[in-house]
Amino acid sequence: MSSAAISQPASVDANAPLLEVRAVAKRFGSRDVLKNISLNIASGEFLTLLGESGSGKTTLLRLIAGFEQPTSGEIWMSGERLDMLPPHKRRVNTVFQNYALFPHLNVRDNVAYGLRVQGAPKNEIPARVDEALNMVKMAGFAAARPSRLSGGQQQRVALARALVNRPQLLLLDEPLSALDANLRKQMQSELKSLQREIGITFLFVTHDQEEAMALSDRIALLRDGALEQVASPREIYARPATAYTARFIGQTNLLPGEIRRSIATCGVLRWPLDEPDGPVLFSLRPEMIRLSPDGKRQTNEVKFRASVQQQVFAGASELLEVDCGAGQLLRVRLPACGPLTGEHEFVFSIADAIRVAN
Amino acid sequence: MSRNSPTRRSPLLAFYAMLVFAFIYLPLAVLILYSFNRDGVGGFPPQHLTFEWYRQLFADGPIWDSVLNSLIVAAGAVALSLTLGLLAALALDRASFPGKALFRRLVLLPLILPGIITGLSLLMFVVLAGFHLSLLTVFLGHGTALISVATTELFAGLQKIDRAQEEASLDLGATPWQTFWRITLPNLKLSLIAAGLLIFTLSMDEIAVTFFLIGRDNTLPQEIWGRLRRGITPEINAVSTLIFAVSVLLIIIWYRIRTRSVGTESQQLVERP
Amino acid sequence: MSRTDLAMYSRAYKTIVSAPPILWVALFLLLPYALMFVHSFWAVQDGALVHHWNLDNYKKLFTNPLYAQVLFRTMRIAASVTLCSLLLGYPLAYYLSFHSGPRKELLYQLVIVPLWVSYLVRGYAWKTILGSEGVLNGFLQYLHITHEPVSFLLYSPFAVILMLTHIYTPFVFLPIYASLEHIPRPLVEASQDLGASPASTFFRVILPLSIPGLLAGATFAFLLSLGDFLAPLLVGGSSGTMIANIVQTLFGAVYDWPLGAAISVGILLITISLLFLTERLEKRWSFK
Repeated sequence: MSSAAISQPASVDANAPLLEVRAVAKRFGSRDVLKNISLNIASGEFLTLLGESGSGKTTLLRLIAGFEQPTSGEIWMSGERLDMLPPHKRRVNTVFQNYALFPHLNVRDNVAYGLRVQGAPKNEIPARVDEALNMVKMAGFAAARPSRLSGGQQQRVALARALVNRPQLLLLDEPLSALDANLRKQMQSELKSLQREIGITFLFVTHDQEEAMALSDRIALLRDGALEQVASPREIYARPATAYTARFIGQTNLLPGEIRRSIATCGVLRWPLDEPDGPVLFSLRPEMIRLSPDGKRQTNEVKFRASVQQQVFAGASELLEVDCGAGQLLRVRLPACGPLTGEHEFVFSIADAIRVAN
Repeated sequence: MSRNSPTRRSPLLAFYAMLVFAFIYLPLAVLILYSFNRDGVGGFPPQHLTFEWYRQLFADGPIWDSVLNSLIVAAGAVALSLTLGLLAALALDRASFPGKALFRRLVLLPLILPGIITGLSLLMFVVLAGFHLSLLTVFLGHGTALISVATTELFAGLQKIDRAQEEASLDLGATPWQTFWRITLPNLKLSLIAAGLLIFTLSMDEIAVTFFLIGRDNTLPQEIWGRLRRGITPEINAVSTLIFAVSVLLIIIWYRIRTRSVGTESQQLVERP
Repeated sequence: MSRTDLAMYSRAYKTIVSAPPILWVALFLLLPYALMFVHSFWAVQDGALVHHWNLDNYKKLFTNPLYAQVLFRTMRIAASVTLCSLLLGYPLAYYLSFHSGPRKELLYQLVIVPLWVSYLVRGYAWKTILGSEGVLNGFLQYLHITHEPVSFLLYSPFAVILMLTHIYTPFVFLPIYASLEHIPRPLVEASQDLGASPASTFFRVILPLSIPGLLAGATFAFLLSLGDFLAPLLVGGSSGTMIANIVQTLFGAVYDWPLGAAISVGILLITISLLFLTERLEKRWSFK
C-alpha cells in the first residue's frame, strides 16, 4: 500500500522535511525488495522502520546511508539530492548492527575517526571526543580496545563515534538486537532521552514492535517492501489501517463479517453500523473487552456471553480465551481478577471495533 | 546494475590486476606455444608448428621411466605423510605431552627451511646409517618433509570438527576407537583428500630435497634437470606442457573438494531485506 | 565405562597417537638437523672427514670475503624478490577481495593454478624466454626495438629476481588475500560512513588489518628465496650465484662438508631469527 496515509506528529514542523524518499524502489536480481516507497522524515524526529525480516527495512536504511543505490526513485536531504553522493560525502552516520568498531584502534581513536578523516581542526578533536564519550557515559574507557568491551559498551562507543560528527541524520540498524533483555530496556530509555537532548533526527530500524512503540515519534511499518502504515505509536495502535498492522503491533482479535442493512454481523456478534452493505473485517483489541456482571447494556455497546476456555495469568492482567458459541473464539485481557470458569457476560464499545482493510 | 554508483570499481586497479595476471601466465603461454615450434626453443615468432616434439616425447623411454618412479615415490609419500601427519595432527589437537611446543615447531620446520638444508641433513643421516642412495631414500625424504603439509591441513580439519559429535558418540556407548573410525575420520575425509592431492603434487614436483637423495633411478624433475644440462629442445617444452595440463586438472579437483568442505561458510549473504 | 577405565583409555589413546610421529620426527628430522649442526664443528683433512672439534668453519665464514659477498648478494636478491612479489601480489589480492564482484572465485582459482605447476617448469620457461637466442630477444628484434640480443637478461641476478618473483607472487598473494577476506565488510562501510574516502579507508582500515597476512607472505618469499639454489643454476650464471649454491658445491665437488654445514647453520639461524621477529610483529598487529 504505497498510498498509506502519512501523518506528521504535531510537535514537528510539517513544512520542512529533512529527508524525502521519493518513489524509491530496489531490486536485487529478480526480487523487488522495495517497491515504490515514499516517505518524509521531519527534522528532529525519531522515526522507526518496523517490519519482519525480509520486509526491506534494512535495505531502505542502506539506501539512505549510501551502501546501495536505488533502482529507481530519488532521495533528497535538506533540499539536495542525496542518492547521487557516495557514502563518505553524505551528512548521514550509521550505527551498525554489530557495531563495526575498528579493532586496531582504541575507543578514543574510534570515536575520533570521522573527525580526523574529514580534517576537523586538530585542537578541537579531543574536546569533541570527550563530549561524545560523556554523552554515552563511556568517558572512562577512552584508552580501551573494542575487544575488551562488552556488547553494551561497544554499542555506546559506536553511538558516540557516529554522533561526534554531528550528522543531520543518524541511522541505527537494529543496534539493540544483540543485547539481552534487561540491557535492551535500559538502552532504549537512554537512547530516547539522548535523542530528545541533542535533537538529531534518528531513523531506527527494528523488528521488535514494543521497541518501536517505546522509542518512536512515528512508526513506518514495512511489509514485503511496501509501506503498510506510517503513524505515531498511539495512532497506529488505536487505528490500524489493515489486518496486518493490527496483528503485527500489539495483539488483536480479527473479526470477519458482513454488513447488511446497517447491521454488522461477525459470527454471533451483531451491532448496528451505518455503512454500505458488504464484507467487512474488524480489529478488536483484547483489552477493549470487559466483564459485564450487571447485565446492563448501553446503546453503543455490544454484549455477549462466552465460556472461558483458557486463562493465562500475566501479573497485572489475565489473558483469557473465550468461546462465544459456534466455535467463535476471542481473546480478552482483563485486570487481574482471580481464576474464572464457566460462562460470563462480556461487553465492548462499538467504537473499539476498528474497521481494517484486509 | 545501479545508475550513478559512487564508483567502487577502480579501473586503474583492474588494469593493474590484469597486468599481474599477464605476468603470471605469459611465460607459461610461451612455454606451451613453443612446444609446437619446429625450429627450437627461441626466436620469434614461431613459424612452423608441429606435433613432432610430442611424438618424440611419447617415444622417450627414460622420461616415462622417470614418470613411473615419480608416481611410485609420490604414492608412498602420500601414504607415509598422511598417516604420520594425521597422528601428529591428533596429537597436537588433543593430547598434551612434554615437549609439545618443540614437536610442533619441528614438524613445521621443513615447510620453512630451504629445501637444501633439509635435503643435506637427510643426506648426512643416510650416509651415517650406511644406506645407499636410491628411490627409497628419495621416498624417505619426501615422506618426512611433507609430514608438515599433512599436519597443517589435517590440524585445520580437526579444528573444524564439532566436538559435540564425538561426545554424543561416546554418550551413546561407542568406545574412543569406534568413535574415531565412525565419527572423526569420516569428518576428516575431505581434509584427507585435499591434503593427499597437495602432497602428491608437491612430491611429483620436488627437486630441492630430491637433488641430494637421488640414486641411479631418476624422478621426473631430476630427469628433466639432467636434460637441461645437455641441451634444450622443445621436447622439454612438451613434457612441461603436459605437466601443466595435469596440474590444472589436479588443482580443479582439489579446489572443488576444498570448497565442498567449507560448506555454508563460503555462502554469501545474497539479499539484505 | 568407569573413570579409571576412561583415564586408561585416554592415556593409551594419547600414546598410540603421539608416539609414532614423535619417534619418526625425532629420528628423521631432529637427528638429521642435529647431524648438520654437529658437522659444522668438524673439519676435513686430506679429503676425509675428521671429528676434530673446532670453530674454524665459522671463522672462515666471517673472514672470507667471498662468502660475505655472496651472502649479501643473496639477501639483496631475496629482498628484491620479496618487494616485487608484494608490489604485484598485494594489489592483486586487494582487487580480488574488494573489487572483483561475481568473478572472485574464478579469478582466485586462476591465481592458484600456477602454484601447482612445477617449479622446474616455470623456471625453465624463463630460461627459454630470457636467453640471447630466447623468445624475448627474438620478440624485441622482430619488432626492431633492438638489433642484437640483449645479454643481461639471462645469467644475471636480474634473471634470478625475475624468475623468483614470478614463482613467489602467488605465494605472497595467498596469505594477504586470506587476511583481506577476514576483514569484516561492515568495517569498510563504517569507515566510509564516517566520511573517509576509499583511499583513506584503505590506508586507515584495510592496510593495518591486513598486516599479518602481509608479514606472512613476505617472510615466506624472503626465506624461500634466501635458500634457493635452483634458480641461480637455471638462470643465474656466475654473477647470480647465491649462498645455497656455495653450500651445494661444498657438499659436492669441493667436498668440505663441515664448512657447508656451517653455512647451512648460518642460513638456519637467519631463518629462525626472521621467523621469531615476524611472529612477534604478527602478534602485535593481529587484533582479535
